[in-house]
Amino acid sequence: MSILIDKNTRLLVQGITGNEGLFHTKNMIAFGTNLVAGVTPGKGGEWVLEGKVPVFDSVKIAVNATGANTSVIFVPARFAADAIFEAADADIHLIVCITEGIPVQDMMRVRNYLDQKNIRLVGPNCPGLLTPVESKVGIIPGDITIPGTIGVVSRSGTLTYEVLYALMLNGMGVSTCVGIGGDPINGTSFIDCLRMFEEDPNTEKVVLIGEIGGTDEENAAAFIDRYMHKPVIGFIAGQTAPPGKRMGHAGAIVEGGSGLAVDKIQALENAGVKIASHPEEIPELLG
Amino acid sequence: MKLHEYQSKQFFARYGIPIPRGRVAATASEAKHIAEELAGRVVIKAQVLVGGRGKAGGILLAKSPEEAEELATQILAMKIKGLPVRKVLVDEAANIETEIYLGITNDRTARKPVMMASSAGGVDIEEVARESPEKIARMHIDPLLGLRDYQARDIATSIDLPRDHWKVFGQIAKGLWKAYQGSDATLAEINPLVITADNKLLAVDGKMVLDDNALFRHPDLEEMRDLDIEAPSEIEARKYGLSFIKLDGDIGCMVNGAGLAMTTMDIIKLFGGEPANFLDIGGGASSEKVAAALRIILNDPNVKALLFNIFGGITRGDEVARGILAALEVIQTDVPMIIRLVGTNAEEGMQILADAEMITAETLADAAKKSVAAAGA
Repeated sequence: MSILIDKNTRLLVQGITGNEGLFHTKNMIAFGTNLVAGVTPGKGGEWVLEGKVPVFDSVKIAVNATGANTSVIFVPARFAADAIFEAADADIHLIVCITEGIPVQDMMRVRNYLDQKNIRLVGPNCPGLLTPVESKVGIIPGDITIPGTIGVVSRSGTLTYEVLYALMLNGMGVSTCVGIGGDPINGTSFIDCLRMFEEDPNTEKVVLIGEIGGTDEENAAAFIDRYMHKPVIGFIAGQTAPPGKRMGHAGAIVEGGSGLAVDKIQALENAGVKIASHPEEIPELLG
Repeated sequence: MKLHEYQSKQFFARYGIPIPRGRVAATASEAKHIAEELAGRVVIKAQVLVGGRGKAGGILLAKSPEEAEELATQILAMKIKGLPVRKVLVDEAANIETEIYLGITNDRTARKPVMMASSAGGVDIEEVARESPEKIARMHIDPLLGLRDYQARDIATSIDLPRDHWKVFGQIAKGLWKAYQGSDATLAEINPLVITADNKLLAVDGKMVLDDNALFRHPDLEEMRDLDIEAPSEIEARKYGLSFIKLDGDIGCMVNGAGLAMTTMDIIKLFGGEPANFLDIGGGASSEKVAAALRIILNDPNVKALLFNIFGGITRGDEVARGILAALEVIQTDVPMIIRLVGTNAEEGMQILADAEMITAETLADAAKKSVAAAGA
């Protein structure tokens, strides 16, 4: 069992003929993801990867032809918001956007539009999702997890891999790992994932990896305090980050005294979350 | 990216927001000339991208063109919070009766733009927000619909703006919304928006911060970028697509991924060291990129050790190792290097580095401890 993606996921790749799209399509298929279609406007009718995956001109045509129910987006930042709108209008109910660098006003329009249609977006600027053995949607390396009962949710990419790897070395398996992305405005929050993990019968414990900027961790702490029964272990990156500087991720910035690591750690600890002082301590705290 | 006051106000004026007559000058004689044109009292304002210009003596009132020249000379010789004053704005002085704050910014929690207004304008709005938050009116704007007329009226009402100003205030609020949207701003602010002695609304000071990710849509605005506020190393890094921030410590860091880069800084501190920088080398670690990053980090004379922390997911560890060695052939250095590679082909990579007599580390904690020791030695 898992959240959001599993063996019933029928995946479509937007931007499949670009370098990144093609490379990760190959990896997702090698992992075992049921990848049914690709979309690149102007390349409909072609096939990629020696005839394995058909390419369509639009998401709507691809959905009609293949029954795709999930989309992953690799298109460049300046076209990414439009790609999300296109997937939403074709009734894709789970959209995963890997693209980094989408203008924030584009994301505000996207998010307010999706909220009206009740469509879930994961990302942007995220590594995607992975449910061991069943499905991988995005770019998380396929060989650093084993199946298990720990749910992982994170705002980061390689830091998440670091944690997954540490769990695997300690024989700890994962139900689903969700990278919610490092942008200030995203589609899925910590709370959304915590709620799903709480309801998922095969998730027993949750690892939450946050970072400076915004108040998503504080909101998560309030949710954990009120609604969660499953134990949560946390880690917050950016304790040494100077204020007013964007630390790589567009959303990782301490502004006007808000978004500090110390406040997030305090809020989570008050909600009973054990906080690791560094990522390699997480397996120990999961015990 | 921040715009200067004069740039922000000129941009506002394009959207029908009334601003004082005035122009920017790079020399004192230009400032005198502008003051002559404007005839009457003028304000000379330092154009630097930091707050507190007034307190630092960077905003002064001149009663004659001669005095304008004198004060401009004085201000153009100043440094404010370390930044040189390269230009001054010479504006017609306004007779101010009332000072209002009006701004639009992104509310990331609400995922919407928010318009903020206060009758306590003219001062640092963050201070007002801290000390008397009830003095700030807030109104979320639907990003798909834009600012509605009634919302502008509601804002005017909530700051007790006299009714005879509502119409013009509405035009200014809508103009500010269009300026914010038209430039992909993350902040567009008029502070203060004043009511003058002859009962007119006037945007006396303005500030804009633009979304760096949206500058591809605004090449004209990107050209206005002032490089004075960035460290030269940060400008250099941007050329190579590296995300780099200089810090004050002595342990350089080269990491792939922003979250892991922050974590690497944090763990150095946890084990008693001080990071010299944040550096995200991004996906892939070609020898060219590694070399550029090495040059930038080692350019800082404080750096006594350098920690590489690379998680090889898509990037393969052996490729990274070869990239590092190739870069080190180009860049000679005595600074000790501590290298940790994890993930795909990490063992091969570590073997290559061990053969080259580099210090290697298995775990993140181990890497941090070795770096702290090397920097202290």
